[in-house]
Amino acid sequence: MTEEIIIAGFGGQGVLSMGKILAYSGIMQNQEVSWMPSYGPEMRGGTANVTVILSDDRISSPYLKVYDTAIILNQQSMDKFEASVKPGGLLIYDPNGISSHPKRTDINIYQIEGNRLAAEMGNKKIFNMIVLGAFLKIKPIVKLENVIEGLKKSLPERYHHLIPLNKEAITKGMNNPIPFEVEKEIFHN
Amino acid sequence: MEVLDIIKPENQVYCKTPLMTDATLSYCPGCGHGTAHNLTMEVIDELGIAEDTIGVAPVGCSVLAYDFMNIDMTQAAHGRAPAVATAIARTWPEKYVFTYQGDGDLAAIGTAETIHACNRGENIVIIFINNGIYGMTGGQMAPTTLEGMRSSTSPYGREIKTMGSPIKMTELIANLPGVYYATRQAVHTHKHVRKAKKAIKTAFENVKNKKGLSFIEIVSNCNSGWKMTPNDANIWMEENMFPYFPLGDIKVNGKLK
Amino acid sequence: MSELKLMKGNEALAEAAIRAGADAYFGYPITPQSEVIEYLMSERPEQRTGMVVLQAESEIAAINMVYGAASTAKRVMTSSSSPGISLKLEGISYLAGAELPAVIVNVVRGGPGLGTIQPSQADYFQSVKGGGHGDYKLYVLAPASVQEMADFVEDAFEMAFKYRNPVLILSDGLIGQMMEKVVLKDQKKRLTNEEIIEKYGSWAVTGKKGRERNIITSLDLQSEKMEARVHRLMKKYEQMEKEDLRYEKILCDDADYLIVAYGSSARISQKAVELAREKGIKVGLLRPITLFPYPKKPLFELADQVKGILSVELNAGQMVEDVKLAVEHKVPVEHFGRTGGIIHTPEEILEALEQKIIKNGSVRYHKTRESSIL
Repeated sequence: MTEEIIIAGFGGQGVLSMGKILAYSGIMQNQEVSWMPSYGPEMRGGTANVTVILSDDRISSPYLKVYDTAIILNQQSMDKFEASVKPGGLLIYDPNGISSHPKRTDINIYQIEGNRLAAEMGNKKIFNMIVLGAFLKIKPIVKLENVIEGLKKSLPERYHHLIPLNKEAITKGMNNPIPFEVEKEIFHN
Repeated sequence: MEVLDIIKPENQVYCKTPLMTDATLSYCPGCGHGTAHNLTMEVIDELGIAEDTIGVAPVGCSVLAYDFMNIDMTQAAHGRAPAVATAIARTWPEKYVFTYQGDGDLAAIGTAETIHACNRGENIVIIFINNGIYGMTGGQMAPTTLEGMRSSTSPYGREIKTMGSPIKMTELIANLPGVYYATRQAVHTHKHVRKAKKAIKTAFENVKNKKGLSFIEIVSNCNSGWKMTPNDANIWMEENMFPYFPLGDIKVNGKLK
Repeated sequence: MSELKLMKGNEALAEAAIRAGADAYFGYPITPQSEVIEYLMSERPEQRTGMVVLQAESEIAAINMVYGAASTAKRVMTSSSSPGISLKLEGISYLAGAELPAVIVNVVRGGPGLGTIQPSQADYFQSVKGGGHGDYKLYVLAPASVQEMADFVEDAFEMAFKYRNPVLILSDGLIGQMMEKVVLKDQKKRLTNEEIIEKYGSWAVTGKKGRERNIITSLDLQSEKMEARVHRLMKKYEQMEKEDLRYEKILCDDADYLIVAYGSSARISQKAVELAREKGIKVGLLRPITLFPYPKKPLFELADQVKGILSVELNAGQMVEDVKLAVEHKVPVEHFGRTGGIIHTPEEILEALEQKIIKNGSVRYHKTRESSIL
């Protein structure tokens, strides 16, 4: 099994940490992982993205042109990465702030209302965990218990009391991905 | 009593320190470097620390100091001796580390290294020979060349407006908290030699007591660079260098004078 | 106990330095490698192992601090990125000239000038053709993974002391910034001062207790002596070629075409090889692990087997010159690379291989040959 993922959004949305937790989860189930971020001043307030690969075999390139999954959290990233999903692949996005929805019909598209659900749960910081949950519902590439183990590894001990909340957020995300049908959306527009 | 009896070791009242090698000094006759070398080695000898001392001499007239100083020595790149000494002192805190630098080295190309080693209060000794000129490369203008003084790169005299003022490095670094001892000395008369040696001794004792950085400027002549006889150079130094670079302690025991 | 962690390349390198028993690190912050000194500072290595870590006032001061500690036979390292390495080159030349062991890390970014902070391999010439002044070489290791960022620190120290020569770890922003699984080795004990004096007392300046004094210098005003010094250096470099050349062959046995790439480019090229083989094109990858010494002989031999070679680099064409020298015009050799901090994709590499080598390769080869005969 190899899963090649791009996660892209604004700096501060938890893009890099979502990728990190995913990578840690892969390690917890003895997989090879790589986490390749965009870096530098462009991240400060601008867009950030990270390529995460989980594989049962040695990973060759950590940098890719096309992905099995794109997790998109802002419009700029949608514009940039919609075309980069492999045919038959997955695009999952938060419709909050998205004005131009995806148009491809050869991939599977899901929405997750991470921002709204996080607000409902009263903690905006768990937004990325809700999105991660939605992704793991559609593609259960890592087990929930391994995600929790990954969280324990990646979070400093002083934040470990937040793990139950994160677990709750992931579960919330798992219960809420909405399949998105391109034709219908175009018709409504 | 025959001459041979007189020169027997037991009758000897003064001898060259064994920490000076037998190599012939490459410095010009009348230059202060030889005396400054000798004083440094005598102090190290008298303190009994020769086996635990590491000297750093960068580029300048004293680039070959290791030919004359009979201790472990590292030759450093131009201006970088305080950085080299920093690392040695940090990784061997029980050793005595000193640099021996000229004015071009310490106050021009190596200004940053000098100021930052002083600011960090590295536990080292910096011996700074200020003769107001680049001697080794043939008499070019130094950062400490006096106003109006001719050199091969200020052939009509140093003009403050275009070339800046001669820099008073010791006063400058004395203001940094890391500097424990800063003094300006000379070595052209017996009186001055005695005082300079005392200052050098104080500096190495400061290292022993882990007091931080000790900085000893020695105002010296460069008779060949100044194009004077050794004696005239000394007189010119007293009349022109000393008023601008006044001798004496500037900071003692961490306190400005 | 060895330990499995998820780490950035820069962090893995820093942690490996502590565990390898390094005595000192001197550095100056520059993107994309500031994590090295940040990590070291946060780890309090002074308390963990007694390792000295100091943020220098400049790149120049940092490399000269390295020179100072190296002259006392301490295991010392520094790291920087391209513009910073340019500043360090005088000191690196001094280290080589004075025959001092030290480890220098370059996490390369794009240039020239201030360039870009994104990954690049445009410092190849600077790393293997000298960079600084004078006849000298560095032993150059090119890590292609976070694991190698960690492993090569100890290897680099070993080579530095074996040859009393500076060793360069030539990485780049991609390897430095990415995270992968890394197995960290157990903590090695730092040598005590007594052990250093016993092991390296023949040359290191540690105070002349119980021996004749030592002098560290790169200066020989007598030309004959200086020439002898240069000859001594050249002998060491020959020995490196004989004893410590490192490279990796991937899917070369049946290859019709060959990609040569190091570091991050090798990783991306490996994916291109996989894509090519999915299409039925037999491509192999030769990855130089040491850039000096360079795997000339393996390349020369592979040139008898393959129809063409593509040198893939994140630059405008540097290593390709060494590939050409190595294969002695036996087969066409072309370069492909992106610059400015853009990273080539596996697809682009495969396309370049098809366009530059598979399609035109043999034709161009004969043309070149004819024109050279004419």
